[in-house]
Amino acid sequence: MWKTIFRRLLLMIPQIIILSILIFIIAEFMPGDPFTGMIDPNIDPAQLDAMRERFGLNDPLPVKYIRWVGNALQGDFGRSFNYKTSVVNVIGDRLGNTVRLSLLSTVLTYMIGLPLGILSGRYNDSILDKSVIIYNFVSFAVPTFVLALLMVYIFGFNLGWFPSRGSIDVSAVTFWERTWSRMYHLILPSITTAVLGTVSIIQYLRTEIIDAKVSDYVKTARSKGVPINKVYTKHIFRNASLPIASGFGYTIVNLLTGSIFIEQIFSYSGMGKLFLDSINTRDYSVIFVLVLLYGILGLIGTLLSDLILMAVDPRIRID
Amino acid sequence: MAVEQNLLEVNNLKTGFRFGEEYHNAVDGVSLTLKKNEILAIVGESGCGKSTLATAIMGLHDPNNTKISGEILYKDLDLTDLNERLYNRIRGNDIGMIFQDPLGSLNPLMTIYNQIAEALIYHTDFDDKQIRARVLELLNQVGIPRPEQIMKAYPHELSGGMRQRIVIAIALANKPPIIIADEPTTALDVTIQAQILDLMRDIQAETGSGIILITHDLGVVAETADRVAVMYAGQIVEEAPVDVLFKDPKHPYTRSLLNSIPHELEEGEELHVIHGTVPSLQHLPRKGDRFRPRIPWIPDEAFDENPELTEIAPNHKVRGNSWKHFHFEGEEK
Repeated sequence: MWKTIFRRLLLMIPQIIILSILIFIIAEFMPGDPFTGMIDPNIDPAQLDAMRERFGLNDPLPVKYIRWVGNALQGDFGRSFNYKTSVVNVIGDRLGNTVRLSLLSTVLTYMIGLPLGILSGRYNDSILDKSVIIYNFVSFAVPTFVLALLMVYIFGFNLGWFPSRGSIDVSAVTFWERTWSRMYHLILPSITTAVLGTVSIIQYLRTEIIDAKVSDYVKTARSKGVPINKVYTKHIFRNASLPIASGFGYTIVNLLTGSIFIEQIFSYSGMGKLFLDSINTRDYSVIFVLVLLYGILGLIGTLLSDLILMAVDPRIRID
Repeated sequence: MAVEQNLLEVNNLKTGFRFGEEYHNAVDGVSLTLKKNEILAIVGESGCGKSTLATAIMGLHDPNNTKISGEILYKDLDLTDLNERLYNRIRGNDIGMIFQDPLGSLNPLMTIYNQIAEALIYHTDFDDKQIRARVLELLNQVGIPRPEQIMKAYPHELSGGMRQRIVIAIALANKPPIIIADEPTTALDVTIQAQILDLMRDIQAETGSGIILITHDLGVVAETADRVAVMYAGQIVEEAPVDVLFKDPKHPYTRSLLNSIPHELEEGEELHVIHGTVPSLQHLPRKGDRFRPRIPWIPDEAFDENPELTEIAPNHKVRGNSWKHFHFEGEEK
């Protein structure tokens, strides 16, 4: 198994190189550069060109690429033109916020999704099951920003129960105040994410359980005299959770990517909002690193999913 | 002569499945008995209700969509009255079941050991060591080579024949007096079929249990069974000891079935088939002779209004009187 992991990791290197070249080329085609619209329009074009020359923006693509890789290997991923600091710092500042938000959102998603999926699968066609299906359709159909705006409007603006923007209160100073304030700011965005994120968990679990219920191995188990509750815990749930387990690798890496919509609407300073802001300000060095990071995370997610599936399903062996 | 005791007695059992608001009987008034040391075969086409009957005896039908009436008498219990908790004491302990598809009937995520051990956990107070010993004993009994290694394996690592042996080991775990085998050899190739049938006969001789063997394969019946009940459209149409049934079949359906077995044909001779198909549950005529639409050349007056199962010779029961007038198409009576 370790051999497999090592080989898969090695295989990632060319994948990452190809990905970075692709992103580099696409970035080159994007209109404008960091100086577009940022600088006094009355400035002398010759001076602007001199600045471009100084920052190496006029160099040919391969030269720029190799320079970037050389720096990146030394831990220097470039500077953000917008935030006037290194890209590593910019991302580092937001990563913690995003991980906190995604972690809570994911935990809530599973806390809602697992029991509902299990119950509606076990008691399918009951009133409970039908309500869960309606919830599923609604949560699948409602766009994130609609519910997010509703939540902000009702619980943030009208009722004023929870903060509707930001990730921490400026007045929080001590450790406990800061921790509490962070948690408090997480409530609305994480609930919004969780409520809309349960569709696939519920749908997979429900159909898998309904299928497993009438499967022959369940008949065998019942004909052994195994009580029905034990049949569910020992036979049905384990088999029904396989598709969810296979998606869990992506869930883990998604903890780092954040949500553009949610972070934007709740003005939550995380990776998703950083991505959007960087696009709007044409902060290419940040965009480039973020896209590359998402790509690498996707690769890791695939590997993790394969490993998780291998751990839970003895039929799957990759080597 | 000692009275042979009935292990299991089924009286007028009806099992109806729900279609919308109505229930349609897939098993429609079946009565039969199973004695010790006996292999009773239940034969019939797909859809005649034989598997439904087996599932009903195991009490495995979904109570929300099925209606069961009649009696299933075991010891001094009527199984149709049992609640789940009591039924779970019977299942696996008093009645073991062997299923058709040996891959599907094993949990793909559990080791062979755990699946066999599970049958023991709920019916014995064995400790781990005793369970292990019993599992090994069972694997040896069903002819598994290298049982120490095999019990750590998962079902997908075994061949079809091995899996079916495991399924049999599970059914045997608690030495049940009754074993129901639902098409145990259908999913296996012919050489393995013979091995599994041999194994079942050996087990029967060793344990003295009564086996209900459900099959559509008359070859399997001839090789294995002591007594045969032929089912058509939810009812038993003929019941006889195996040699009598093959030598002197009476009911038109039994005769048609036996006549459909491919034998060495002369050139130009056609293989005999039974006309039509088993009607689906909703469209099954509940009055009159159910086999009548499939033998249209027999005149109407040959059929009874309400054919009953009657004993025409000791241990030989036939439904209705149409058999007295039956002849194959093109033949003269």
